[in-house]
Amino acid sequence: MTGRRNAVGDYLTQLLAVADAEVAKLIHDPWDLVSRAVQPILWLLLFGQVMAHVRGIAAGDGSYIDFLAPGVLAQSVLFVAIFYGLSAIWERDLGVLHRYLVSPAPRSALVLGKALASGARGASQGLVIYACSALMGVKLSLAPANMVGVIALILLASALFSTFSLVIACIVKTRERFMGVGQFLTMPIFFASNAIYPLAMMPDWLKAIARANPLSYEVDALRSLMLASGHSQFGVGTDFAVLVGCVGVLVIVATRMYPRLTE
Amino acid sequence: MTEPPEAEPSANGPLVVEADSVTRTFGPVVALAGVSLNVRRGEVFALIGPNGAGKSTLMKILTTMQPMTSGTARVAGFDVARQAQDVRRRIGYVPQLLSADGDLTGFENMMLSARLYLIPAEQRRRMIHEALERMGLHDAAGRLVRTYSGGMARRLEIAQSTLHRPDVLFMDEPTVGLDPDGRKAVWANVAALQRETGAAVIFSTHYMDEAEGVCDRLAVIARGRLAAVGAPAELRARIGAGATLDDVFTTLTEEVPA
Ligand SMILES: Nc1ncnc2c1ncn2[C@@H]1O[C@H](COP(=O)(O)OP(=O)(O)O)[C@@H](O)[C@H]1O
Ligand SMILES: [Mg+2]
Repeated sequence: MTGRRNAVGDYLTQLLAVADAEVAKLIHDPWDLVSRAVQPILWLLLFGQVMAHVRGIAAGDGSYIDFLAPGVLAQSVLFVAIFYGLSAIWERDLGVLHRYLVSPAPRSALVLGKALASGARGASQGLVIYACSALMGVKLSLAPANMVGVIALILLASALFSTFSLVIACIVKTRERFMGVGQFLTMPIFFASNAIYPLAMMPDWLKAIARANPLSYEVDALRSLMLASGHSQFGVGTDFAVLVGCVGVLVIVATRMYPRLTE
Repeated sequence: MTEPPEAEPSANGPLVVEADSVTRTFGPVVALAGVSLNVRRGEVFALIGPNGAGKSTLMKILTTMQPMTSGTARVAGFDVARQAQDVRRRIGYVPQLLSADGDLTGFENMMLSARLYLIPAEQRRRMIHEALERMGLHDAAGRLVRTYSGGMARRLEIAQSTLHRPDVLFMDEPTVGLDPDGRKAVWANVAALQRETGAAVIFSTHYMDEAEGVCDRLAVIARGRLAAVGAPAELRARIGAGATLDDVFTTLTEEVPA
């Protein structure tokens, strides 16, 4: 019994050591957080305002800006998380990755520690987006259960896309190639989803892609939990199940591939 | 009389490194062509060879950072391929590239290592402060490592790699790029640690003078093979009276078949 509890405690200690180091870096250099907050604000302010006047977007009951806010949150979580593969390559090039890999920490604890750090960044974006949305009149739900749900979604989505990014990094191995592939992947993930327009508006082929895109499930659950009058299309249970499943598979794959980044 | 290049440990402690015919190829490139080597607890062992000789590859294999193509190796009593995590618990590794994180302070780097190596929470701070003190980094503990000199960063990495009292400390060219004072400080600290903990220290270098002053035994490595293993004096005697270690090095690396 005790042995078992210690093993779990040890695992968490190692996982949190990795996440804390990342958070410490953010505290030393918060400029990165500030600059990343600009993009979602611009999306809400500019894109949201213009699109609100385009007739024919079936944005459900609320206004377009209500529809957009969860999409923008999902987008900024994606953009933050997708950067983690590049940072892993960077750490490999610097030599820092060796320090992690030569330690006795299980590889999955390292991967999950990075994922959690990405979640912490995502949560800080969430704060900015909530504040900005509130100022723009988005009818947010502030019920504690919904807030907890949103935080859980941010952590899950961060884990999903940061781990996905890590897997890509382990395949392409160099910064240059990652930059190319990263651009090529991020945009389709974002645009081929329900983040900025409803599935109903899409041609069938795009709808099919969007329904296979985990980002759509994240946005769907966010719409239901973030907004006062929000509802989900797929069912929040389904959304969470899809995200947890994807994270599980990606963590297993990344755990196997991560150590090979140094070879 | 030349003996086979087989490492015969001088001391009588338990073997902490037992490498047997370790081979590593990268496509057509043979980085290691059957290296066998034994190191005992408490020994300071130098790997000397020119660039591309296979020093880093050997270290990466022994520290579980890279698989080998064939052969076997045990470190600290565990098989590097099959019991990697047990090996990792008992070794320290200072890689050729700087591995301390420049975006963290010295203290934060130490805390990261302390937690990754599962040093009990109530001992962490005390052990970190002691280690930083010993390395002469106490006053710099709160500074970002990217503001450290090369020598300070190396000393920090050694502190990070030895906090958990490893049985074997591997250091890949630990003094490359350091000024003479920096080099001296690194060796003084390693020697003190080695005396206190009785760990084996295995380091690579291409400075012969450095090896001579610090190591109990050395191996000359060239083109993925060990050309000779022995105490510095022994190897000198083998080449002839009055030979310097540089002569040993030149002679032996030229003897190794390509
Ligand atoms: N990842 C790799 N891919 C291909 N060749 C490699 C790789 N790592 C090392 N080598 C080759 O293996 C040989 C030994 O390299 P290395 O162990 O780094 O030597 P040293 O550390 O003694 O300078 C060199 O010829 C090097 O080019
Ligand atoms: Mg090398």
